[in-house]
Amino acid sequence: MIASQPEKPSLFKRNSKLDARTTDGIFYWSTFAFAALILILVAWLGVQLYAAASPSVKQFGLGFLTSSVWKTSDDPISPDTYGAWPYIYGTLVSSFLALLLAVPIGLGTAIYLAELAPKWLRTPMSFMVELLAAVPSVVYGLWGRLVLIPAIMPLQTWLSEHASSIPVVGRLFSGSATGQSMMAAGLVLAIMVLPFISAVSREVIKAVPPTQREAAFGLGATHWEAIKGPILRSSRSGIIGAIILGLARALGETMAITMVIGNAPSADFSLLSPAATLSSKLAVEFAEASGGQQSALMYLALVLFGITIVVNAFARLLIWNMSRQVKGAVRL
Amino acid sequence: MILQRLCVAGAALCFAAALAGCGGNTAETGNTTPSTNEAAPSTSSDSAPSTEGATSLAGAGATFPAPLYTKWFDTYNKAKNVKIDYQSVGSGAGIKQLTAQTVDFGASDAPLNDKEKGALPAPAVTLPTVAGAVVLAYNVPGAPKNLKMTGDAIAKIYLGTVKTWNDPAIAASNPGVTLPATKINVAHRSDGSGTSYIFTNFLASASNDWKTKVGAGKSVDWPTGIGGKGNDGVASAVKSAPGGIGYVELAYAKQNGLPYASVQNKDGQFVEPTVDATTATAEGALADVQKDVTAPIANAAGAKAYPIAGFTYLMVYQTPKNAAKGAALKEFLKWAMTDGQKDAAALDYAPLPKSVADLNLKTIDGLK
Repeated sequence: MIASQPEKPSLFKRNSKLDARTTDGIFYWSTFAFAALILILVAWLGVQLYAAASPSVKQFGLGFLTSSVWKTSDDPISPDTYGAWPYIYGTLVSSFLALLLAVPIGLGTAIYLAELAPKWLRTPMSFMVELLAAVPSVVYGLWGRLVLIPAIMPLQTWLSEHASSIPVVGRLFSGSATGQSMMAAGLVLAIMVLPFISAVSREVIKAVPPTQREAAFGLGATHWEAIKGPILRSSRSGIIGAIILGLARALGETMAITMVIGNAPSADFSLLSPAATLSSKLAVEFAEASGGQQSALMYLALVLFGITIVVNAFARLLIWNMSRQVKGAVRL
Repeated sequence: MILQRLCVAGAALCFAAALAGCGGNTAETGNTTPSTNEAAPSTSSDSAPSTEGATSLAGAGATFPAPLYTKWFDTYNKAKNVKIDYQSVGSGAGIKQLTAQTVDFGASDAPLNDKEKGALPAPAVTLPTVAGAVVLAYNVPGAPKNLKMTGDAIAKIYLGTVKTWNDPAIAASNPGVTLPATKINVAHRSDGSGTSYIFTNFLASASNDWKTKVGAGKSVDWPTGIGGKGNDGVASAVKSAPGGIGYVELAYAKQNGLPYASVQNKDGQFVEPTVDATTATAEGALADVQKDVTAPIANAAGAKAYPIAGFTYLMVYQTPKNAAKGAALKEFLKWAMTDGQKDAAALDYAPLPKSVADLNLKTIDGLK
């Protein structure tokens, strides 16, 4: 790739002291170094995490993932026991809840802004949506604690009094209304990931070639049919990319979650109960931890690292698979 | 409020340091930022004796006594020209730094446990500095201030066996008060904390059930409830849910106007948490404390004692690495046990009973 170009006459002005070959070489290798740096950084992070977690990994093995006891003993004789299950559960469920709420709203917003909204509304509304992404997470946490939780308390109380007796679904609302809960965490997270899903989806939908749109209208499609068919189909992989981006943010979110989830390690199905996530556990306990507890917390971090890698790999596969199926699709 | 006070005090310290810098002893005042201090104390020891009157000490640990310590260090610096930097990073982190010998003293709300003692590179002594009370704040619609609660009822609430506010366990000690059938929303600290240490020691002493099922410590396996980070996390959990109850430090509850309970002590009296009632607890536990200064004082005997109370401690090495710093620290500790005690009550800490302070002075005299 470097050798194929230098003989051609060029219209660019060049510093005569350096020939084209050298500058291209420098350019190639420096960009390569930057890209490699990221790889090294990720690998190094993984290795360091593993090294710090290894005493726990050796002690608890994979049983750590399914155990739900987290107990530090004060005396040297009785051993500490640690398990990650409630935190893994909390991370996955809170992120799932966030996507459940944010995907329809985000996608709806994206379609409206890209396809349907009047021109004068598009820019200010897109700006507002993107502004949501710029709000620091501690502000979301405070807002959740001071505004959202008091606002949803009546709903929680009502659900715990009336909905908990419904078979099957009732399990989601068992227990008393506590304010800080899985439900509050899911809601705050949904708002936090919403701008990512909506802004990226909007760009992807806008990037669908106008010919496809015109062709659909030309065949007599209504607005709804055109969006449902060619437009959404060809932007599908991009939209999934947007959702994954939101999911990645939801999995790792720490501060806001710590402030609204109630930090109690329970893995029951109730949305009204307090819960805890991998990252909130780390945030709450790390400063005071030492020895075995610190290593167990590093193991938690390693698990979170693993979950994000698996989710991202899965997303890549999904997108790759889809963009093979649909020609002319926008790739992310 | 505590934060605000800390900031003001911190700013005052910085300002004082800047003034001292103008005075000319630049050798030590260059090290005002915490980041440089972390490494400085143990390494830059050789030059210290020669610079006149510019000794600086560093400590780290508990957040609970931080407002008092900040005031102490400021006052002491003005009086004796000894600069003391304190990082209020939490008891556990303070012990960590003491173990790593990056600070001259550590501060903790819970004494060193056997595991932590084993990790220390050299023998250290533990000195109680002041006592503090932990109060039960609640949010019950229609309930009066200073609800009366027995230790047994509190333990049952935190075990999850008493679930509503009109439960006989609470109603029995509050005749004439009608409490609603609201569910109790329990809140506790989720981070390792000296406040939890004091509270769980009280519960373990008041209830056998608690002692066998949960036990006492900086962080325990809570059977129920919401975990909040810091006093603020617990307080907001209490405030946001009707029926909430949670434990916070007395000073925090006072500054934030939270209603809190009177708790039944060992003598059967219901006592409102105050500074005097906390000192009474420390006095009630004298016999135990004289045998071992790290003995928990929660639920001590005495008609006026408020039972949920505990000491906060400073830990120093028996033999300091640097003689000049050791001597300065010794002087400061003596001052803290005598003149320093007068500052405590104004900041809602209970001064040490005279005999405990004397015990400390004896220990301090034994330091090398």
